[in-house]
Amino acid sequence: MNEYAYAGKRGEGIRSDCYIEIKMHEQKKNEITIKSKVQALYGDSLRLLVDELVAFFGLTNAAILVEDNGALPFVLAARFEAAVKRLNPGEKRCWLPKLHKSNKQSGTAKDRLRRSRLYLPGNEPKFFLNAGLHGPDALILDLEDSVAPVEKDAAMYIVRNALRAIDFYGAEKMVRINQLPAGFQDLEAIIGHGVEVVLLPKTENAQQILDTANEIEKLKKQYKINYDIWLMPIIESAKGVLQAYSIATAHPMVCALAIGLEDYTADLGTQRTLEGKESFFARTMLINAAKAAGIQAIDTVFSDVADMDGLKNSVLEAKALGFEGKGVIHPRQIQVVHAAFAPTAEEIEKAKKIAIAFEEATAKGLGVVSLGSKMIDPPVVKRALRTIELAKLNGLLQ
Amino acid sequence: MVKNAAGRLVPEVVNNQKQVPYKGINKYRPKGVKHRPAVRSCMDYPFDGNKCVESIKAALVKAGIKDGMTISTHHHLRNGDIVTNMLFDAVKELGIKNIRWFPSASFSCHQHLIQYLEDGTIHHIEGSMNGPLGKYTSQGKMKGIGILRSHGGRYQAVQDGEVHIDIAVIAAPTADPFGNANGVTGPAACGLIGFALADSEYADRVIVVTDNMVPFPCVPWQIQGNNVDFVVKVDSLGDSSKIVSGTTEVTKSPDRLLIAEYVARFIEESGIMKDGFSFQAGSGGTNLAFVLFLKERMKAKGIKARFVRGGSTKYLVELLEEGLTDYILDGQTFDLEGVRSMRENPSHVNTSPFTSYNFHGKGNFASMIDAAVLGATEVDVNFNANVVSHSDGYLLHGIGGWQNCLYSKCTILAIPSFRDRIPVIIDSVTTLCGPGELVDVIITERGIAINPRRKDLLDALKDSNLPIRDIKDIKREVDEMCGGKPQKPKIDPKKVVAVVKWVDGTVLDSIYKVKE
Repeated sequence: MNEYAYAGKRGEGIRSDCYIEIKMHEQKKNEITIKSKVQALYGDSLRLLVDELVAFFGLTNAAILVEDNGALPFVLAARFEAAVKRLNPGEKRCWLPKLHKSNKQSGTAKDRLRRSRLYLPGNEPKFFLNAGLHGPDALILDLEDSVAPVEKDAAMYIVRNALRAIDFYGAEKMVRINQLPAGFQDLEAIIGHGVEVVLLPKTENAQQILDTANEIEKLKKQYKINYDIWLMPIIESAKGVLQAYSIATAHPMVCALAIGLEDYTADLGTQRTLEGKESFFARTMLINAAKAAGIQAIDTVFSDVADMDGLKNSVLEAKALGFEGKGVIHPRQIQVVHAAFAPTAEEIEKAKKIAIAFEEATAKGLGVVSLGSKMIDPPVVKRALRTIELAKLNGLLQ
Repeated sequence: MVKNAAGRLVPEVVNNQKQVPYKGINKYRPKGVKHRPAVRSCMDYPFDGNKCVESIKAALVKAGIKDGMTISTHHHLRNGDIVTNMLFDAVKELGIKNIRWFPSASFSCHQHLIQYLEDGTIHHIEGSMNGPLGKYTSQGKMKGIGILRSHGGRYQAVQDGEVHIDIAVIAAPTADPFGNANGVTGPAACGLIGFALADSEYADRVIVVTDNMVPFPCVPWQIQGNNVDFVVKVDSLGDSSKIVSGTTEVTKSPDRLLIAEYVARFIEESGIMKDGFSFQAGSGGTNLAFVLFLKERMKAKGIKARFVRGGSTKYLVELLEEGLTDYILDGQTFDLEGVRSMRENPSHVNTSPFTSYNFHGKGNFASMIDAAVLGATEVDVNFNANVVSHSDGYLLHGIGGWQNCLYSKCTILAIPSFRDRIPVIIDSVTTLCGPGELVDVIITERGIAINPRRKDLLDALKDSNLPIRDIKDIKREVDEMCGGKPQKPKIDPKKVVAVVKWVDGTVLDSIYKVKE
């Protein structure tokens, strides 16, 4: 038990966040000070929430300072919990915000469209609220690289509360946990609160997948979760690339393989170029492994947020290689990525002709499909049907 | 206090002047003849045309400054203005008291004047009370009651005699000794100085202050020397980097960009975007951004506007230079590109509140615009809007041309649904500045609310995949996110610190002292 702890953010320029300080003192009662930028509008409800948190965690003789810059209730509660648990590392209770109504039916399909996944730094709740409005296929609340080591605990509570309290407007809810073993603690915090896909960074072997999957199964049972939770390993090293197929097939929970090129190129001792020759082997290796395992292959992020033409070309290249999705780090990248992954008008036209020819041939009981004078092979038909399905998913066909 | 047609309590007398409470849109028609300045004769002015006086103080003395007079200034120098501050330093040195300051707008740089409000040099402000002056007013510290008017309302108040200007002080980036003046050249170039037009025509005495004196004639003469009594040369009018920005940048906020994109899509899908159409764009990130999105759509469909109204920036200038609009009708210029264009391009036309907004004009441009895209601090579920105060009760902004622009054929408020934890859509606005019947569309990042009065727009958009929603539905969602409805600000209902005028001169709402 410590005498003093704090959590959260304070100072100029802080938005939608707060700072909490707890000091134990000799007096036999609490002394609560709240300073808020929204005092005039939410002073009363702030006080109610703080009183509730104080009572919940059983604080009886502490000086508590709240400096609020417009934190929403789920943020304030997470900051308070972080401060309490820094004060008393033995504290196991969790103050959970009410589940948002959009959270009721969680769980998604293994093969759902995952063209874009928007990274959100896990300890920056101000970015969470509107992220889903930009229409990404998935949102990643990141607990790994974007969170400073000393804030890992705080980010965990923020992400957990956000999963429960925020409407992500239909985006698939992903969390990137830390590398094992730290990742186990993350799993314990987030499973059961609405996470649908767990991203495991720097995956290098099948055992890591098995360990993660087993932990998720255990927690699902413990929290009586009956919807599917998927695993997306991120491969970011030479070792991982060489193990891609065994990783992809390690557990049925794995829905996709993603590649992370910053770490990968560092591992090779080289640098990322726009052309990407240095990562060509890794990317095609990963695509082959994913396809062989019957799961999705997902490309890395494009990091120049100002270069939309570069992004578009990068997606077209990824699509040509066989990738089905791309990481994005800015909401404005989403629509560009979706448009580039969508089948072109030409592709759709051609696919429609082939599909019609296929239907006619099937109706006539013919084993061979032909278009004009050309015979169409079964894989070509399969690809055409997939194109039509994608066109529908992208809203290009009714 | 009396309840007006909008259901708001307003005082019947303000600063000893009897007021007409708001009666509704186009319900009040003042009668009589327009106010007029005193007759002057050219023999009383130097025949050589040299009206130069050595200082602002000397000019004020020659103009016959007395206690209780009304002194006007314009705001084209924006936050870089030092002329107004020098002016009141001189007024103070002369020991004059109880001045009614009548600016077309104020900025944070004018917090220098708080000392003169404190010591009684200035009695009260009629115009706008921005930033620190707004806070000062809200704290109930100003001696008189502040009056907020739109740019058009200011012209109306001058023309129907509600405000008689004793001395107009016009900062002019370039002028000649006769008093001809413009804003297109000189170190403090700000494009145009149209907000000073009424002042130059109706004030008893007119003082032009410049830091760039040229020999007669100064052309173009946006202000005519024939209306000017005295000309003063000073070292500098202010900080040019705060007068116009070197470049105006579009917002980088993804949420604001989303709003801007919705605005552009709305203008296209509603059918407003067609050959020969017109729109108004202001400054501010979202407003600049929608122009860029709209431009892409205009190009894709080969559509050209007849005119756009600004607040001009390089983005409007690009529209003009790329042939996507025939004219820019410019009310004030926000960046250097705007100033350059106005100087060089005859299709970039300078306008004034007289042409654009005046209630006593025989028509004005504002009502001819196809779409005006504006901001707001708050809106309510009946589409009423506020631009001057915040939900905590504090007065922080002026009305500008905002009220006048509401008369456009389609008024669009482009606003976030919340700022930090502060919901922007509420049950009833803190201060009513724009009656809901004139607000057609509210566009937020969470959806687009069309005023139910605009069945035509609802019809036009019924098959759109834009997120068209009931305003109450958006409000519900935001309230829930923010942790319930916000509390009402704590105000003193007995202490009115300022009033908001409607464009016709009637009193639309009161602003009260905030209890700290």
